[in-house]
Amino acid sequence: MMHFMLLFSRQGKLRLQKWYVAHPDKVKKKITRELITTILARKPKMCSFLEWKELKIVYKRYASLYFCCAIEQNDNELLTLEIIHRYVELLDKYFGSVCELDIIFNFEKAYFILDELLLGGEIQETSKKNVLKAISAQDLLQEEEAVEGALKEIGLL
Amino acid sequence: MNNSSDTGFNPAFNIASIRQVINEAVEKVRMPTPMRLRDLIRQIRAARTAAEERAVINKECADIRTSFRDEDSVWRCRNIAKLLYIHMLGYPAHFGQLECLKLIASPRFTDKRIGYLGAMLLLDERQDVHLLITNSLKNDLNSCTQFVVGLALCTLGAIASPEMARDLATEVERLMKSPNTYIRKKAALCAYRIVLKVPELMEIFLPATRSMLSEKNHGVLITGVTLITEMCERSIDTLQHFKKVVPNLVRILKNLILAGYSPEHDVSGVSDPFLQVKILRLLKILGKKDPEASETMNDVLAQVATTTETNKNVGNTILYETVLSIMDIKSESGLRVLAINILGRFLLNTDKNIRYVALNTLLKTIHLDMTAVQRHRTTIIECLRQDPDVSIRRRALELSIALINSHNVLTMTKELLTFLETSEPEFKAQCSSSIVLAAEKFAPNTRWHLDTLIKVLVAAGNYVRDDVVSSTIQLVSESGAQHGGYMASKLWVELEKDTSDKQPLIQVSTWTIGEFGDMLLQQSDDHAITVTEDDILRVYHKLMWSPQNNLVTKQYTLNSLMKLSIRIKLNVDKIHEMVASFTTHMHTDLQQRGIEYNQLFNRYDQMRDGLLERMPAMESNRTQRSQWNETIENISSSNDLLVPDVNPETNDSNALLVLLEGTNGESELIQNQNFTVMPSTPDTQDLLDLLGGLDLNNQPMQPLNNLTTEISITNGSSVNLNTNNLLDSLSLVETPIINSNKVKSPGTVTAYDQNNLLITLLVERDQMNIDSNTVNMTAYNNGSFTINEFLFQAAVPKTFQLQMLPPSSNTIEPGSFLTQIMRVSNVSKSQLRMRIRLSYTTNGVSMQDQTEVNNFILPPDPFGTTLDLWSENQ
Repeated sequence: MMHFMLLFSRQGKLRLQKWYVAHPDKVKKKITRELITTILARKPKMCSFLEWKELKIVYKRYASLYFCCAIEQNDNELLTLEIIHRYVELLDKYFGSVCELDIIFNFEKAYFILDELLLGGEIQETSKKNVLKAISAQDLLQEEEAVEGALKEIGLL
Repeated sequence: MNNSSDTGFNPAFNIASIRQVINEAVEKVRMPTPMRLRDLIRQIRAARTAAEERAVINKECADIRTSFRDEDSVWRCRNIAKLLYIHMLGYPAHFGQLECLKLIASPRFTDKRIGYLGAMLLLDERQDVHLLITNSLKNDLNSCTQFVVGLALCTLGAIASPEMARDLATEVERLMKSPNTYIRKKAALCAYRIVLKVPELMEIFLPATRSMLSEKNHGVLITGVTLITEMCERSIDTLQHFKKVVPNLVRILKNLILAGYSPEHDVSGVSDPFLQVKILRLLKILGKKDPEASETMNDVLAQVATTTETNKNVGNTILYETVLSIMDIKSESGLRVLAINILGRFLLNTDKNIRYVALNTLLKTIHLDMTAVQRHRTTIIECLRQDPDVSIRRRALELSIALINSHNVLTMTKELLTFLETSEPEFKAQCSSSIVLAAEKFAPNTRWHLDTLIKVLVAAGNYVRDDVVSSTIQLVSESGAQHGGYMASKLWVELEKDTSDKQPLIQVSTWTIGEFGDMLLQQSDDHAITVTEDDILRVYHKLMWSPQNNLVTKQYTLNSLMKLSIRIKLNVDKIHEMVASFTTHMHTDLQQRGIEYNQLFNRYDQMRDGLLERMPAMESNRTQRSQWNETIENISSSNDLLVPDVNPETNDSNALLVLLEGTNGESELIQNQNFTVMPSTPDTQDLLDLLGGLDLNNQPMQPLNNLTTEISITNGSSVNLNTNNLLDSLSLVETPIINSNKVKSPGTVTAYDQNNLLITLLVERDQMNIDSNTVNMTAYNNGSFTINEFLFQAAVPKTFQLQMLPPSSNTIEPGSFLTQIMRVSNVSKSQLRMRIRLSYTTNGVSMQDQTEVNNFILPPDPFGTTLDLWSENQ
């Protein structure tokens, strides 16, 4: 099971954090800071895995963003790389060649996409198409509500 | 939304005007009074300093708080979204928790979506607000909109606490049977989290879980497999229950491999690797220790192992999982070789991640099939030598160490020594200790062993751990008669070079030259170099006064110099001079040594030869150590998840490391012994330490005891009390013994010293039988009254056998003593303990007392000395 996923920039700014295991805020911050420093200090020729406490950390850099996941000892680290890649593909499809700014300004969308891919730290959907379908259906639901609200406001509904 | 007819839709509006109105309305919603999320993010990003950013955020947080205070809910959604951004930047956002719950309770989907997102980010299972959220979740789990149910399930899966799990388990179970796959897969993972939190809730999910495997949808399949895996890991009953799904899983996996290209699940030419890995993992758990289940899956595992495309990470992901499964189940031996070979191929992969995984897995599987792993030794060495990634080199090092056996010890040691010379400092300590342990275990002959140790000391310099110093000295001592001169000359060559960054080397060298200096000075074929006394003294002078050398090294050097004073012929005065120069040394320990050795030259010169003669060879404790290895090996391998059947021939040098760390019961023993020896060498105060040199072993103290004997006699006749240091040192010898003019033997333990009665125990080893010890009890009467009816009783733990011989008498006159001999056989070789009961009458009063003795100093035998003692030399 994945314990958490962090997205952060090359400058060490946190862009997304998803925790599947409960920790007090203080601990979360400490872990985040520690991992960001460790990973940013690693050289590109080093492998994507590190042992950290009882967990395995799997990370991969895409452009200016680092995707970092903490998994358990008996989880498959190579598969975790695939999950990260799948998530990046989904973001890319959704935003259309995604960049860091897309994730900064639409962080909630990035969370929504992640929540359709993983649930409780495990994969729930292996089809890209299904994930994107679910997201766009929900976006549509929101849009309908916005229009409806606007119509109500001016007394049309 | 459904009451448009009630409000009266006016058909007079044409489409264009409707569109205009809508646009305006949308615009109006988008441009409200509170700042938009987008604008806030822009503002925060525009802040040039941290203080500026803080100011922006503080102001916004204040606005958000005010807005929260109003019951007006129009901007709640936007405010929470902003707050979540602020939270991610590391600012406190807990005041938004309740607002999230309000959003969740809203009927609007937009509110719910942000509300649940906020709940997942701001709440976790520790929060008290759970009662409130549980109600909302319950409502939404019953919603008729699948996405509302989805949000609720997602949130439950992320932050479920045990209480929430209990409250909502039945709802989740109901949803697991939903015909809607979107809801079904999410419910399955929720059930997974609930089982994780409250394993006893597993029962209610069992029926719904089983049917998930017959589903076509991959989302439902993968979540179902995940849930089953978790259940099987939690309960053995469930594991048995799910054994029958093995054929189903095999079929699903087979279909995945054989099925043609399906765009929906294809990842670089592999069909749904996520699902394949999950199934392989479940198969591993189901097939473990189950020959029948393993038999069923053998074929498909072989199929996966041979047909999977290996160009990309995806294929290797599946192969990696397959290898793990093959290793864990009762698979055919051919399949195991195939698995190890897959890992061997991984080692040659250009992707560093795959090499890392391979090394890691090989390390875990080495117990299973040592020979198969050995086949890849050269590749592993290659990784050790050349890989640019430190973590890969570390794995390769661990693996290389684990691979050493008696066949390859020569080549492997050579490789490791080469690595040691060039490796980063962080590797040197571990690597050097490992080489030493491997050499000890597999050395083909002593000469090679000694050479290896010297190479380690030279290559690793100051990174050498203390245990290497002590084990080297031990080995030199053991093989002294044969190899002392050789070692002395070899080490001399190294000592002449610049050694300031190799303190352990200096320590070993000076110890060796101190002991075998005479051999070094003799000409022999064994060593071609000529060394003169002047050379030695010149180097020693440099060593002793070099500021780079640490205290311990100087202590070694000074002791060694003292030892040399009887091994050289011409320059004794020079040595005296050098020793004397330490009598004013800044450091108290060196000063004390200087003063005491100086006394030895001045006052007790005739005793010098006896005191400084060569120490008897230390006896090896290797036999026992190998016994320990076996027990530890069994322990460590049974802990290993990947080891279903232990190969008794497996030699694991890691076990030695475990031993030194002292994780098993036996090593308690070492510590006890340490403890008993330590009190006789409190800090740097006593003579024992100084003259015994650097060894706290019992045996090397023997020459020293001659000294105490003689000095105690001197003391008796002389009134000169100014020889402070020597007398101080004697204070550890019991004064009553001196009074009674009785010579105290080494290893004597005071068992009882009260009411003018002193009882000492001396353990002696029985020459005929190593398992048997003789304990000599001596009772002294230091008082002025006769002790009558003296009765001495003793009891030992059940692991010992005790036989008491009759005492020499049952009365003790004042100033006199009686003795009694006991035989103790100790087959279990544990630390001897004894409980003593005494009864006697003195001056008409009958006395009774009892005490326990557990600080016996056992005579030197294979079990009395341990490597660890060596590190205690300061």
